[in-house]
Amino acid sequence: MPNILDIRRRIRSVINTRQITKAMKVVSAAKLRRAQDRTLAARPYAQMLTNVLKSLVARTEIYDPETGEPKHPLLAERPEKTALLIVVTGDKGLAGAFSANITKAASRFLESKAGKNIDIEAIGRKGRDFLRRRYPAAPVQTRSLAEAEESPETEPERRERAGAIQITGEHIGILGKLEFSQARNLADSVIERYEREEIDSVYVVFNEFKSVIAQRLVVEQILPIKEIGEQTIRLTEELPEEERKRAKEAAISAGVGMRESRSDDSEAFGTAQVDYIYEQPPAELFRALLPKYVAIQIFRALLESIAAEHAARMTAMDSATNNATDMIDSLTLAMNRARQAKITKEIIEIVSGAAAM
Amino acid sequence: MTTDRWLLTTNPMADTFQLEIVTPEKKLIDTAAEEIQIPGKNGYLGILPGHAPLITELGVGEIKFHARGEQQRLAVAWGFAEVLPGKVTVLAESAERPDEIDVERARKAKERAEQRLASGDTNVDVERALNAIHKAETRLEVAEEKS
Repeated sequence: MPNILDIRRRIRSVINTRQITKAMKVVSAAKLRRAQDRTLAARPYAQMLTNVLKSLVARTEIYDPETGEPKHPLLAERPEKTALLIVVTGDKGLAGAFSANITKAASRFLESKAGKNIDIEAIGRKGRDFLRRRYPAAPVQTRSLAEAEESPETEPERRERAGAIQITGEHIGILGKLEFSQARNLADSVIERYEREEIDSVYVVFNEFKSVIAQRLVVEQILPIKEIGEQTIRLTEELPEEERKRAKEAAISAGVGMRESRSDDSEAFGTAQVDYIYEQPPAELFRALLPKYVAIQIFRALLESIAAEHAARMTAMDSATNNATDMIDSLTLAMNRARQAKITKEIIEIVSGAAAM
Repeated sequence: MTTDRWLLTTNPMADTFQLEIVTPEKKLIDTAAEEIQIPGKNGYLGILPGHAPLITELGVGEIKFHARGEQQRLAVAWGFAEVLPGKVTVLAESAERPDEIDVERARKAKERAEQRLASGDTNVDVERALNAIHKAETRLEVAEEKS
């Protein structure tokens, strides 16, 4: 027969656990709300940048009139020998299958590119740990672009690869307090490598987050830029129906809005049908803005991934809290049964003792 | 396009224009203003209501604008700006109000960049170091004028 004291102890421990998961859920919900606000706050800038670029495309010759080749290297497509994949996961666990889903999608993408060289930039500790177990790190840096400019006559020596798939960079701990400058630094390094033709294309795999119920895993192509203002999605995966339902329940109980928040009237920027005075020649402006466009796309991916991570943690903690409640109920029932059995047993003992006298 | 038409047909003699200053992290300012000075890449631009449409890249510097008779200042770096007769939009990669500026950090950034320049190492990206110094100096100037 189970011991009442033991059961009581277990109930107390489960109650404590429930308190923790509940607190974590509330914290995640608050962080999710803040992350959502940040993705919204980033939208006007991205939208306006896109609009200006679009209007510049109409005004500058981005394609060479004779050869039909794009003039800007970030637009030029070349045979894909080496691709760069940026894998965005979370730094912390206890978020359900959030990071595992992304690493799985990344693995599938790597399989689809089998036979090609792939460099990986890992963002987030979880993905880093996973990838590091499977793939070697790249040998130490080659010369920076600045050096190459100073002595252009020496051919930059080709870097030895550690393997067909290698990890060229790790970014841990930037997700907690993300700043635009961090996204820009990453974009700068990616663009630099792209222009040196060390890589021929750039993809990001991340959890896209429009709202709690509109999420999907995507592999988005960042370079070369196919069309400005259009996402070039290579691979998508909707979250399973069951997970979406749970996310919805968690969002309702935590009081997080599920509506996709609208962007405001910033679309009007740079699209007015007038002849602008350009302080700089349009082509020069275009060249200056394209790298910013790449940076803002990476920034957006990171922001959405952060929001998605908090949403996943909120959902996981919500189910954990529910499970704890169920467990407390069944343990309480078991305890009451045991207590009743004990009382019954004692009565029987007394009665039979009295009868024997 | 209705908003555009409204912006273009506003009375050129109006005494204010709509000013928006946006960074990737947030919309910093959305107000009516009477005058603005923008640090363009090729030099400062002064803009009054009814200015001809213009697009420029931003350099590093200080934005000064008058809104409701009050002058405000911001330290900005990189980005671009669009001017329409009734509206000015500034997209800055970073923009800070005087009281938001971390003076200590700016001073350190300046020192670091200066050391890089003085080190005589050929690997130093001179342009980058100069930019860093310029940016730090602007931030210090904006922060100090306030107090």
